[in-house]
Amino acid sequence: MRYLPLSDADRSAMLEKIGAGSVDELFRDVPEGLLLKQPIEGLPLHASEMAVEREMTAMARKNLVAGEVPFFLGCGAYKHHVPASVDHLIQRGEFLTAYTPYQPEIAQGTLQVLFEFQTQVARLLGCEVANASMYDGSTACWEAIGMARRITRKKKAIISSGLHPHYVNVCKTMARFTGDTLDTALPNLDAATDAERLIANIDGETSCVVVQYPDILGRITDLTPIAEAAQAKGALLIAVVTEPVALGLIKAPGEMGADIVVGEGQSIGVGLQFGGPYVGLFATREKYVRQMPGRLAGETVDAEGKRGFVLTLSTREQHIRREKATSNICTNSGLCALAFSVHMTLLGEKGLTGLAKLNHARACETAERLSKIPGVRLVSDSFFNEFTLELPVEARPAVHAMVEKGVLGGVSLGRLYPGVDSLQNGLVVAVTEVVSDADIDALEAALKEVCQ
Amino acid sequence: MTAVNPSGWRPTAPSANDSGETQTVTGNRALMLEEPLLFEIGKRDQTGVDFDSSPAKAGVQGVAIAAPDGPPGPQPSPGNRLGGLERAGVDLPGLSEPETVRHYTRLSRQNYAIDLGLFPLGSCTMKHNPRLNEKMARLPGFADIHPLQPQETVQGALEVINKLAEWLIQLTGMYGVAMSPKAGAHGELCGLLCIRAALEARGDARQVVLVPESAHGTNPATAAFCGYRVENIPATKAGRVDLEALKSRLGPDVAAVMITNPNTCGLFEPQMKDISDAVHAAGAFVYCDGANFNAIVGKVKPGDLGIDAMHINLHKTFSTPHGGGGPGSGPVVVSKALAPYGPIPFSASYADGSYKLVEEESTGDEHPDTFGRMVAFHGQMGMFTRALTYILSHGADGLAQVAEDSVLNANYILRSMEDVLDAPFAFSGPCMHEAIFSDKGFAEGFSTIDVAKALIDEGFHPMTMYFPLVVHGAMLVEPTETESKANLDQFIAALRSIAERARAGDESLKAAPVYAPRRRLDETQAARKPVLSYNNPAPDGSSTGLGAHFGGG
Repeated sequence: MRYLPLSDADRSAMLEKIGAGSVDELFRDVPEGLLLKQPIEGLPLHASEMAVEREMTAMARKNLVAGEVPFFLGCGAYKHHVPASVDHLIQRGEFLTAYTPYQPEIAQGTLQVLFEFQTQVARLLGCEVANASMYDGSTACWEAIGMARRITRKKKAIISSGLHPHYVNVCKTMARFTGDTLDTALPNLDAATDAERLIANIDGETSCVVVQYPDILGRITDLTPIAEAAQAKGALLIAVVTEPVALGLIKAPGEMGADIVVGEGQSIGVGLQFGGPYVGLFATREKYVRQMPGRLAGETVDAEGKRGFVLTLSTREQHIRREKATSNICTNSGLCALAFSVHMTLLGEKGLTGLAKLNHARACETAERLSKIPGVRLVSDSFFNEFTLELPVEARPAVHAMVEKGVLGGVSLGRLYPGVDSLQNGLVVAVTEVVSDADIDALEAALKEVCQ
Repeated sequence: MTAVNPSGWRPTAPSANDSGETQTVTGNRALMLEEPLLFEIGKRDQTGVDFDSSPAKAGVQGVAIAAPDGPPGPQPSPGNRLGGLERAGVDLPGLSEPETVRHYTRLSRQNYAIDLGLFPLGSCTMKHNPRLNEKMARLPGFADIHPLQPQETVQGALEVINKLAEWLIQLTGMYGVAMSPKAGAHGELCGLLCIRAALEARGDARQVVLVPESAHGTNPATAAFCGYRVENIPATKAGRVDLEALKSRLGPDVAAVMITNPNTCGLFEPQMKDISDAVHAAGAFVYCDGANFNAIVGKVKPGDLGIDAMHINLHKTFSTPHGGGGPGSGPVVVSKALAPYGPIPFSASYADGSYKLVEEESTGDEHPDTFGRMVAFHGQMGMFTRALTYILSHGADGLAQVAEDSVLNANYILRSMEDVLDAPFAFSGPCMHEAIFSDKGFAEGFSTIDVAKALIDEGFHPMTMYFPLVVHGAMLVEPTETESKANLDQFIAALRSIAERARAGDESLKAAPVYAPRRRLDETQAARKPVLSYNNPAPDGSSTGLGAHFGGG
């Protein structure tokens, strides 16, 4: 076994030191009859590196690779170009094979990265402080609702119809067990968002309003009036960002008054990976930091007065506070946070703004062309790199028909909202910098055909 | 002379070194290179990326957009579709690619890692991370597929999830598995939600979860997170769950008991089956924290112990990298009684060799009692590919060998140390994959932290300190199976020497570490006056304070 260094001679010598006749004697606490004496039946035995590589590669080949076809999927996960140096750096063994930085004297690398990550995220989201990351955007969203409950001591969350339906469903799962009330609604294929509904429904029992920005249909709304309305009644505004590249071009939620901003950071530095691992972003006001979930890196000094970093405010966390912790979260998404931070460092403001402009320009051009196809209507009149079309036909079969033509043409709302008749003709199209002119031509041609 | 690094940053204390070492101009010490913060060296108009030169076809009606490589800052672009919400800039410094590579490479060298040496962090299972796993996870067929691609285009991905699920079921002897939980604590949540849903389905509103004193902090936190009241159950002198105390507390208000097995003292719970039977007899469920499954994989099937749910940390037992604190992955195996309530989505296989993702639209037909969705998309696919690669490499025989060698290595340390370090449970027999020691016998004023910091100077990562809480000054040592005997012998020699110094009250231990990139850090100051993000210096040189970096800056 190539990963096990002990030789049989080592094992014998060690057993002798221990005073045991066999390894199985070390398992003597296992009740008789339950200790397996042979490898579990029906399972394959060990295999060579080459053999495993063949088996895994054969499965990988059965998938249609996003980068090999015209590709327009978004809805919470986006295909962006990730510079080669990002993956190189996250594979440095000192980052890849380190643990949570509980021994700060020999973990300054990870700790400084987390401190820099927190600063980048806070600035990007327009907030005062950010944590060292959560599992992903959807779990960060639920954690934000829980945090709003702790701060306001109220239990009604008003959820925008533009919040990603998976995120809504995660919240519904948890609310069933925590007793929070969720005021939810389904989206319409209208240009206008449901800001009016959100504002109208805020009352004295409301802990928070949750708005996605840009929303699931790609629309962009000014959050300022919602923040003001929420705060006037003692509630918090939670903004959810699933496409952080947008914030290179549009105002940050924190700048518009959001109290907690959470996000999915996958777009920056982290590949698609069929949905995970991703990296949850979580930022808020300084005054709420002690109610925040998750790890935090903070600046301090060492015994010689040199600047250094440590994990801090851990009295919020489960390993200290146990059942009184702000969350049960233990890990963060460390390596993905590193990837995010490296990519953001490579971008800087100049690169991020440029990337965002390129995305928007590509999306505008594509929207313009596709909305000229007979019967196709552009739903979103404001958007960043993702917009919704209403097709003259059901979108879900249309997506499958486009696959037949070698085009991954978008996400059908039928997939995200099964059984909701009014949304079945909706197609969400994301256009990033990786989309070429030829890709847009291919999508236009394929969509024309399937809409006939 | 004051040390000055390229950013102009100076140490906040005088440069005179306590031990009279020569100070360099840069603050560097040969290969030990000081690295400023990104915000001290980066510039808003510097970037390490570029784009295709002609982004959009010129002249598209109504879409006038400034060129992407224009200057930063506000650039109103009439004709865009941003709804009038253009941002006035964002204060994010950039670095060129060479500067970026150097910044992070230098930072990486301030980290200890498994790749550098023994990392005996008990309960955390820091074993070697095979690089084949990394290579496989990066195959474009796995790394570059979107979670919402039509299912006919991701059959290989669904096959990986299904195949790993099947392995986990076979290795644990359980009935089903939920693959979507994102980490161990998230898996605990999944298991407790299954239990709560099962109890609700029979109209049973139980309110209490029992947790041993020695449990991971995530256990009580998870129980509280999903609305349960937590009560502790005591341990026996031999470090096991006190079965009689548990039995006397069981009653109609108890929903579940959370047991870690092997437990956090590194001991197998020999009465596990009796515990399960007693819990079931009281109408409650058994949740097993599977953080230590690596000690018994291939040797014992947890399903034979009567448990109802157990999470498996793929980053522990199946060696997906810890990455400086994540991402993890925490699939949960469940019993037949809990399986109907497990979360969506999951990958189902069909007789024709095809796979289907059971998600919202098909739950009514295929999984009607599910408690719902825990996470967007389908779980930690990138960890599934790594874990499956690891499992296929080892096979059923290799995995059993993994458990045996991890237990052998831990017992070797236990028996090589027990004459110089107090081993509170060594009298009761062998340990499993980790050996626990206490600080009993140290000189007045010396504690576990002094031993830990001295190990740093010897070139090892310290063991887990002060956990579990049931052992005073606990030192939990988990060598894992990927250490050679020579490495263990060197570690034992170092730890023996340090233990003897702690017993003798050697004051020099208090100064440790002296050879690390930093001396002991002031955690009290960090918590009292939290500085959680970098503040640009104000023009007069004073700090701008938290939160003063809004907008364009």
